Amino acid sequence: MIAIVDYNTGNLRSVENALERLGCEYVLSDEPSVLVAADKLILPGVGNAADAMMQLRERGLVPVIKSLRRPVLGICVGMQIMCRDSEEGGVECMGIFDSHVRRFADDPRAKVPHMGWNSIHNLEGKLFRGFDGGEYVYFVHSYAPDLCPDTIATCTHGERMFSAALKYENFYGTQFHPEKSGDIGSRILRNFVEL
Amino acid sequence: MLAKRIIPCLDVKDGQVVKGINFNGLREVGDAVEMGMRYSCDGADELVYLDISATQTGRRTFVDLVERISSVINIPFTVGGGISELDDASRLLDAGADKISVNSAALRNPSLIDRIASKYGSQFVVCAIDAKQVDGRWLCSTHGGSVMTEVELFSWAREAQDRGAGEILFTSMDHDGVKNGYACETYARLAEILSIPVIASGGAGKIEDFRDVLSSGRADAALAASVFHYGEIAVPVLKKALSAYGVPVRCNLEVLLD
Repeated sequence: MIAIVDYNTGNLRSVENALERLGCEYVLSDEPSVLVAADKLILPGVGNAADAMMQLRERGLVPVIKSLRRPVLGICVGMQIMCRDSEEGGVECMGIFDSHVRRFADDPRAKVPHMGWNSIHNLEGKLFRGFDGGEYVYFVHSYAPDLCPDTIATCTHGERMFSAALKYENFYGTQFHPEKSGDIGSRILRNFVEL
Repeated sequence: MLAKRIIPCLDVKDGQVVKGINFNGLREVGDAVEMGMRYSCDGADELVYLDISATQTGRRTFVDLVERISSVINIPFTVGGGISELDDASRLLDAGADKISVNSAALRNPSLIDRIASKYGSQFVVCAIDAKQVDGRWLCSTHGGSVMTEVELFSWAREAQDRGAGEILFTSMDHDGVKNGYACETYARLAEILSIPVIASGGAGKIEDFRDVLSSGRADAALAASVFHYGEIAVPVLKKALSAYGVPVRCNLEVLLD
């Protein structure tokens, strides 16, 4: 059973639909007992990192998530709040990944938000099993984690190369939306489910 | 590098995709869900579904349709048509839409953009604008092109951005349905004054029209309907050709090698 953390941060529908297409059983919950019992956890997130951190803290979920030893996948803002801190709202985050989340600089050739399909490179580990690098995935974000030792995929927007995916022990995160990234995204989710 | 997006647009009436010419005259072209799945498999980067049914029953049918689309489509899709208040947007979000587009109602009541963007984020709000040239000025219209206003395209696009729209989808009514190319100079000017992405719509007839609006027209995405619906241009063929022209596109190798 996969648990999707339901902490009042945007629409979970597309993540649910993606798991259904893969034939996975899942549950939506913000109950620590349910999250701890799940085989795997997905931490989605749309919107603002500071709000998302507040919602997690109000539910007492930060220590619960950090204590998990089973695979955890943060998506977009869900991944950003697993980093050290974020410029968005100047918020201190969970500190699982040793990365700082920074806003894209204004650049007439690289619009903000970074929205659309971009290619990912320097892929490492089981999450990207079956990929060569250069695959296109779907991004929608204005902030992104810097490169760090936990980086397992990179992407470049304008002048800046950032972490498209991170991994530390059993924790994974993608800045892109695998649930919206066509067949490539489904494959990445399946790789996570099969970890 | 961020890819330029190719977006088939599906006008929907009572669950069926229909296509008009120059904003008039409708013809049924297929089932909305099946066509979306086919475009998605062919390598379309996003889909836009516009509800053009004007009745309450039609609107309810459309929300059900959005639910079915979101359960089978694994690429982003935008829905629009008849969104006049925050609740309309909320219903479509709950049904699984990734973005909504506002048009007439936002022109009448611009704060609609602020309300939707502040609740769900700018990435959720596309401002669609239908405009045509009148005495050398680009003026916006409402109600599917049937009512002209005095609102000027460039100032409205700028205002929509400032109010929180995440993208501008501009349709040139002068070019729509004519299949003689997009309004490239106008898109280039929009790109100049806006910091958000611009989706070009209206005028696609051949592959080079896409190339031109995505290069000299500086559009971030090109939308088209009839050339895709009637099989005049297949998405994989278009992407392969654009790639050969040096336009960065997302290529789905398995499809292209078929």
